[in-house]
Amino acid sequence: MRQSRIFSGVAVIPALAVILIFFLLPIAVIVYRSFTEPEPGLGQYVAALSDPTTLRVLGRTMLTAVVAVGACILLGYPYAYLMTLVGPTARTLLMALVLVPFWTSLMARTFAWISLLQRDGPVSAILAFFGAQDVTLLGTATGVVLAILQILLPYMILTLFTALNSIDRRQLAAAQSLGANRYRAFWQVYLPQSLPGIFASSSLVFILALGFYITPQLIGSPKEAMISQVIGLRVEKIVDFAGAGALSGILLLATLGLFAIVILGLSPLRKGISQMLSGGER
Amino acid sequence: MNEATRVRLPIRLWAAVAALLLIAPTLMVVPLSFTSKRSFSLQLEGWSLQWYEKFFTDPQWLGALGTSLVIGVIVGVSATLLGTLAAYGLKSLRARVSGPLQVMMMLPILIPGIVAAIAIFGMYLRWNLSGSSLGLILAHITLALPFVLIPVSTAMRGLDDTLTRAASVLGARPMARFLQVELPILLPGIATGFIFAFVTSLDEVVVAYFLQSPTLRTLPVQMYSSVTRETDPSIAAASTLLLVLSTLIILIPRLVQVVNERRAAKQGDVE
Repeated sequence: MRQSRIFSGVAVIPALAVILIFFLLPIAVIVYRSFTEPEPGLGQYVAALSDPTTLRVLGRTMLTAVVAVGACILLGYPYAYLMTLVGPTARTLLMALVLVPFWTSLMARTFAWISLLQRDGPVSAILAFFGAQDVTLLGTATGVVLAILQILLPYMILTLFTALNSIDRRQLAAAQSLGANRYRAFWQVYLPQSLPGIFASSSLVFILALGFYITPQLIGSPKEAMISQVIGLRVEKIVDFAGAGALSGILLLATLGLFAIVILGLSPLRKGISQMLSGGER
Repeated sequence: MNEATRVRLPIRLWAAVAALLLIAPTLMVVPLSFTSKRSFSLQLEGWSLQWYEKFFTDPQWLGALGTSLVIGVIVGVSATLLGTLAAYGLKSLRARVSGPLQVMMMLPILIPGIVAAIAIFGMYLRWNLSGSSLGLILAHITLALPFVLIPVSTAMRGLDDTLTRAASVLGARPMARFLQVELPILLPGIATGFIFAFVTSLDEVVVAYFLQSPTLRTLPVQMYSSVTRETDPSIAAASTLLLVLSTLIILIPRLVQVVNERRAAKQGDVE
């Protein structure tokens, strides 16, 4: 039995080897190069973080990700909540409406956004109908956020739904029978319990939003670049792997750092927040 | 009940807004692919199948589709094989060992595509793998592995150890035990993993863009260049075909499930 256990453990090796050699090693090498080229030291990082353009790009990337997360919560929470209320048929339909875009090619959806947002396109026509004449969202930050929102909303809804679905709704009835009205029952009983779910799915969406490349590249304007575009440009135009490596290092630190916080800090944070909301009663 | 419906109406309307945002841009590509004009506009002046004709006769588009499908199938099969083995191995390892390994193998989901793309591109320049289909396949396998690990590991959690023990008590060797007892239970998870891996490769743009060569251009990369360089509405035809493909991928497992349930119900009637 013990022998077969060791034998089974060996089954991990092929997949692990492929990921180590063809994924993690290249990333380790490019981060290493950012510390050693052209000369050893923090030169690349000092250069990147003292360049006002790079700082603006970093700030813009963060801001875009924050706005995308906020919009995702606003649109996704009621949707996921509704999914927990309806019957099985309606739930299947709501699920399908999330899954079809989720599985549809990213390039196909980006192309669709380009034609929707272009000058005199459908979105301009709708905005003109509401009185905003001659608005073209293609090439603007608003257009980028819209397209990012559409790509990330399925992640938000799917992870939130899992979290919301595990909350016992009978507690709401219990709260109401104890005299709370519906809104109070929701705010004080349901919402605090859904906060860990909101936190987890927002972190996921935020991490993914930081790394968007295709969407800002095709829908945004080069004047309002996000960090991924600058990394790509460094390699494509001036073959500066060390500089691109430093920017990648910064981006990796942000994503993996946040991921570590989520993994390590979720339960204390959850307790803290739910206590804050319940006024420290629990 | 009446009260409950009243609360839900605003939520329903708000959810409808979300649904519209999700689905409208996705469905947009269908009318665009049938226009007769050579632009991405929706001012429809006539319908035509010319972009489909162009897509299926232009060697560039057709070649890109072929490349994507071949690479997608190879990546799908290899990642499914490696991922299933890995899930099997992880399950038998101690949590202290398997935990970090699992996180390591999930990293390709979390690490931004552009970082992976330039890192792999830089490495491949040194290894002379850039522009080779082998290099792209290996890179796509790493990106697809997490998407196999997740459903297969989930399926393995549903595996009942007593079944395996019963099989070995009855004299089944490890291989036979795996093939005849465990594999049939794991098969739905493995099939899901294959589909995830195939779609991951078929959809991937950034790494494929940096590793491309004149002879190695996948469909998403061809679509990307067609948006940036030319106004070639064949991309609308390509998008519509991909939309149909992804819808089928979601619908087929559901249909199989329904058919199976019906069949099971019928068998129940007979017995």
